[in-house]
Amino acid sequence: MPQKQVTIDVGDGAAIPSRKDRGLFSAWWLSFIGAVAIICYLCLSQPDPYWRVLKFLPDGILVTFKVTILSILLSLIIGLITGLGRLSRNRTVNLIASTYVEVVRGIPLLVQLFYIYYALGRVELFSNLPPLSAAVMAMAICYGAYMGEVFRAGIESIDKGQTEAARSLGFNRIETMFMVILPQAWRTILPPVGNEFIALLKDSSLVSILAVSDILRRGREFASESFYYFEAFTMVALVYLIITLILSKGVSKMEQRLNYYERD
Amino acid sequence: MSATDPIITIEHASKFFGPLKALDDVSLTIGQGEKVVIIGPSGSGKSTLLRAINRLETIDQGTIMVDGQDVNSSKNNINAIRQELGMVFQSFNLFPHKTVRRNLTMAPMRLKKLSLEEADQTATHLLQKVGILDKADVFPTMLSGGQQQRVAIARALAMNPKIMLFDEPTSALDPEMIGEVLDVMVTLAREGMTMVVVTHEMGFAREVADRVIFMDGGQIVEVGTPEHFFENPEHPRTKKFLSQIL
Repeated sequence: MPQKQVTIDVGDGAAIPSRKDRGLFSAWWLSFIGAVAIICYLCLSQPDPYWRVLKFLPDGILVTFKVTILSILLSLIIGLITGLGRLSRNRTVNLIASTYVEVVRGIPLLVQLFYIYYALGRVELFSNLPPLSAAVMAMAICYGAYMGEVFRAGIESIDKGQTEAARSLGFNRIETMFMVILPQAWRTILPPVGNEFIALLKDSSLVSILAVSDILRRGREFASESFYYFEAFTMVALVYLIITLILSKGVSKMEQRLNYYERD
Repeated sequence: MSATDPIITIEHASKFFGPLKALDDVSLTIGQGEKVVIIGPSGSGKSTLLRAINRLETIDQGTIMVDGQDVNSSKNNINAIRQELGMVFQSFNLFPHKTVRRNLTMAPMRLKKLSLEEADQTATHLLQKVGILDKADVFPTMLSGGQQQRVAIARALAMNPKIMLFDEPTSALDPEMIGEVLDVMVTLAREGMTMVVVTHEMGFAREVADRVIFMDGGQIVEVGTPEHFFENPEHPRTKKFLSQIL
């Protein structure tokens, strides 16, 4: 009897809604409508702190997105290189890529942020690094390691016959990777990348300690000026929740569309 | 022996998987336009030999020359040699993310620098030849096994190879689909293509082969014409094998 393989996938991001959960009473809809309703209720019933907090946050939302998108783009590039490195038959390349993954995964992101901004700030070359660049760099290096594993797994999920067929036609290894393997691996890669994107968006709140005015930082600024701590952080939490919920829905939709050539 | 010029020359090829000899001092010359069918029990090394011809498997000893070029020499560009060798696999291995037509045009456009129109024209012609032109714009997963394998043959032909290698092309097919694939292969043989075919289809071997090669234990045990093979095989291992499958 072949043993049934069970995979338990626990991501860092918001749960990607299942395609089957279409009903209005799925966890996603409950959270989403709940969050929107609470915001509306609070802003209408007590506009004084709540509406004011909400108006104070959009600048931060933009910064959060900026950090997230720049980091994810950079981490995708790092991840692709790392993933290919991990699959490389060249021992040295393989070792470098694997060591990078080990080291980065073993150090907390917050420590990496401090390290790049404060510790490396002591080094001449990095002394003028603006906080935003340091933040993006740290996030990209950290998530690049995770992305590397995602890419590796995605590439490995493609049947070896595909490589053999492409090579037999005369494609070289690079052409095979970029024309045959990656276009297919993308479907396996995208859902976890979406997950990482959402996780990264949440983790980007850590950059507020580097004086980057993201959502959390804006909330803190508002709170420390007005002493409305409860109100400010309630709104911050709800705004994060709504953003991640929308993104998780988006990833789910994208996943569906990527299955176009599969016969169901 | 074939009277024509040799196009594949295998000399003393050996390959080891640990203690196991997948190929054991195999020598074989295949002439231009010749149809060679390789038969043998599973694990006999017949697929390994076929795959060694286009270096999907590397050999540990010996040489394999294709059209005058050593496939294992680092001096020769294996990607260029492979363009001369069409390969058809047991499991089709079509590219699922491309339509049937794009499966055929991808390699010629990239590697032979054909324009889209030229490649399309060739694709249309070949799809017509294998009888699936009406499915040109669907994705491979929408096709039956037999149809997929015919597309795979057309895809290999699109590179206009000098030699076609077939690795058990009908073994993964439902019985009712084997015929349509063999028909395409017979047509190809009649047109004079050089073919090396690993198969269990004895009817095909009888009809098409110039020579049948029986392999067992990594060695070539017996070589002969189909008549010789199926009427009076000499070697006891050949007799045993044929009695088991016929």
